[in-house]
Amino acid sequence: MAIVGGFKVKTRAIITAAILTTIIIGGLLWNPAQPEVKQTLLVSTTTSLYETGVLEAIKSRFEASHPEYNVSFISQGTGLAIETAKRGDADLILVHSPTQEQEFLETGCGVNRKIFAYNFFIIVGPESDPAGIKDLAPVEALVKLSEEAREGKALWVSRGDNSGTHSKEKALWKATGLDLESMRSESVDSPWYIEAGSGMTVTLQLANEVDAYTLTDVATFLKNSMKGNIELVKIVDSGKETLNVYSAIICNPDKNDRGMFEASMQLVEFLIGDETQEILVDFGEDEFGSQLFRPWIPELDTPDSLIVGWVKEYAYIDGSECPSEYRHNEGNLYR
Amino acid sequence: MAQSAHLSTDTTRETCTDKHGGHVLSWQFIFEGISEALRLIVTLDAEVMEITVRSLQTSGYATLLATLLGLPLAVLIALYNFPGRRFTRLVFNSLVGVPTVTLGLLLYTLFSRSGPLGDLGLLYSVEGIAVGQAVLVLPLMVTFIASALESKERKIRDLVKTLGASDFEIALAVIREAYAGVSLAILSGFNRAFAELGIATMIGANIKDVTRVLTTAIALEKDQGMFGLSFALSIILLVVVFSLNYLVSYLRDD
Repeated sequence: MAIVGGFKVKTRAIITAAILTTIIIGGLLWNPAQPEVKQTLLVSTTTSLYETGVLEAIKSRFEASHPEYNVSFISQGTGLAIETAKRGDADLILVHSPTQEQEFLETGCGVNRKIFAYNFFIIVGPESDPAGIKDLAPVEALVKLSEEAREGKALWVSRGDNSGTHSKEKALWKATGLDLESMRSESVDSPWYIEAGSGMTVTLQLANEVDAYTLTDVATFLKNSMKGNIELVKIVDSGKETLNVYSAIICNPDKNDRGMFEASMQLVEFLIGDETQEILVDFGEDEFGSQLFRPWIPELDTPDSLIVGWVKEYAYIDGSECPSEYRHNEGNLYR
Repeated sequence: MAQSAHLSTDTTRETCTDKHGGHVLSWQFIFEGISEALRLIVTLDAEVMEITVRSLQTSGYATLLATLLGLPLAVLIALYNFPGRRFTRLVFNSLVGVPTVTLGLLLYTLFSRSGPLGDLGLLYSVEGIAVGQAVLVLPLMVTFIASALESKERKIRDLVKTLGASDFEIALAVIREAYAGVSLAILSGFNRAFAELGIATMIGANIKDVTRVLTTAIALEKDQGMFGLSFALSIILLVVVFSLNYLVSYLRDD
């Protein structure tokens, strides 16, 4: 027993307290962050890009050639990523929803939009294909699915989170000419349209649990399939209607005071540069046995190809990836 | 269609069934998690260590901050009569159960660059998470410490007063007597900060190497379908909580 400040305590308690204090103080002093000299570039991005790991691969290459910057990713749905940028809490966004992107450009918060990659969405579902929609075109498939679903034979899971995939999904439903809202409200007894309100992997897992159909990007689907998380199979293949285009948009320095415009420009130039475009070609081959993203820049060498036509029709705004009124000190970005 | 044929999306169902004997979802994740946890702990995996230490760091800062504010507040509420004392108490009592997401949302709008406290640069930082968690655990600490003090107060106030003690000395004497209850309150604060997810997600945004802590990493790995690593991190979280609680009870053990 010893007396410390009037407290009667055992010696071993003093030793324990000393150890605890050392741990706490050590913990407070310990700083895992990168050296202060580096500036942090905040990239608000979509989950389908982040979760595949492709951004980490690009980040490490970018940081190697630009040691003054440290890239941080905030992984969100496209809608949230845009909101984060509007609030001034990010320097640039990497997203995949042309309509939402155009709205973002129109607010004046975003400038210098640049397409850097694309791939396709697919519709996946249970292998038994209860709605019998295998290999139909996407829009036809949804029409048939809704008919079967109203008879209780099939279920549909929607992302329901205002992400790029969700907005694609809404566009596809719109193309069917069906009034989704009224169909959903008429089937209150046995709801077939399930809103997940979550990221792609969680939505796939949900669809897997209840044997439902859902729209997914190829990358996230392959990743979960390979890991054995889901037993869903591809039902409707990629095509023109299910094109998925990824673009970068930089926050307008006039409306954002983070002061990272130049750095953001460098990252965008890096994304469309040879090094990144080559990473995109190979990425996923080892881990997923399939290419996940298609680089966009090489496609421009054959401007008359089918895919360039599709992308222009789907993801260009007034015939350009970024009309001149939305450009700001763009340098050589649109050569 | 031809254009996209090269982007083959052949399903991997065969692979799954072969690998796991026909049933993909099974106990496998739990076993995988436990062995993965052991491997990560035994090999002192650098990333896991960093995440764990960062978790300790945020909740450590938070506990320190909340104790510095909470202890005087609790003394005030427990030992002194002032106008609005009952109301103050009621407010702290009610806030004990505040949902972390609600607080996270409020703090996010405050800390965002377009918010009133944006200039402090607390968003997406360890300090920001710590401040948020301190706000979270403060009501809990004040309430628990105040009750601990009150339970001892009546017994000894008259005694020390007859011995001619000043108000400050009375407060010190009561804290000394209520020492076990006070340390339990502080530990509970630490535990809640260490295990919360809402604030760490909304303020920290789970940025790799910057604000990723145990709870956000667990949620992220689960969202990405990495159940093994998710389990591993959960086990580490539980081990840390158990060890700390054991240490403190050992410390109090008379």
